[in-house]
Amino acid sequence: MSSFNVTLETTELKFPSRIGAVEEAAQAVSEFLTRAGVGEDVAFGIDMAVREAVTNAVLHGNKLDETKFADVSLKISPGAFEITVHDQGTGFDSSSIPDPTDAENILKTSGRGIFFMRNMMDEVEWSQDPKGGTTVRMMKKI
Amino acid sequence: MAELNISERQSGDVTILDMDGKITIGEGSVALRTAIRRLLEEGKKKILLNLARVGYIDSSGIGELVSSYTAINKDGGELKLLNLTQKLQDLLTITKLLTVFDVYESEAEALASYK
Repeated sequence: MSSFNVTLETTELKFPSRIGAVEEAAQAVSEFLTRAGVGEDVAFGIDMAVREAVTNAVLHGNKLDETKFADVSLKISPGAFEITVHDQGTGFDSSSIPDPTDAENILKTSGRGIFFMRNMMDEVEWSQDPKGGTTVRMMKKI
Repeated sequence: MAELNISERQSGDVTILDMDGKITIGEGSVALRTAIRRLLEEGKKKILLNLARVGYIDSSGIGELVSSYTAINKDGGELKLLNLTQKLQDLLTITKLLTVFDVYESEAEALASYK
């Protein structure tokens, strides 16, 4: 299917907070993108951003508490793929994340996840849910 | 099949790890960390990672490469990378880590570069 034939499609997924959720979410997104006819190069970047977002949700947000969930919503429409990942954590200040490419951070062993999300996607934004938890919304033009 | 399979070869005093799979959070990153720690314990400090068959790496995997590099350097050894896929090279470029790692496309050149 070519991308101009894509009609609006949405999928909602729920994952318990364990590391295995990262691979499960990536698989689900991969199948979703294949169905939508999204090309391999674009899909690679999305896959990477999804893995980092779900890692953040289950590891940093929900702290691997399996009674908490990462809710993933996928939406594709002509010209755009959008994903939201919601966790039940206390949130964080996205502006406080250090730039991992600064000289003093280059050899740090962590802190590149959000950098990759911003690099791979066209829009990345975080919001705090009034009922609790954090949602990251990412959009990629396709 | 494991997420990351690592085979070990020896060429002179250089240990070559042929890696096949994904270096991602969880199993893949842990497999790399375990292999590097074991080599250092065995006194093998000249290590060449052949990444030709590593199709995917995430931020955790890149963190593990950095951690390996630092641990080996601290122990007086040298870690070098061989046969990066284009995607991995792109990721190391945007993170500016290509300026940190010693990267080769030829195994013979990589082996000759060790002191």
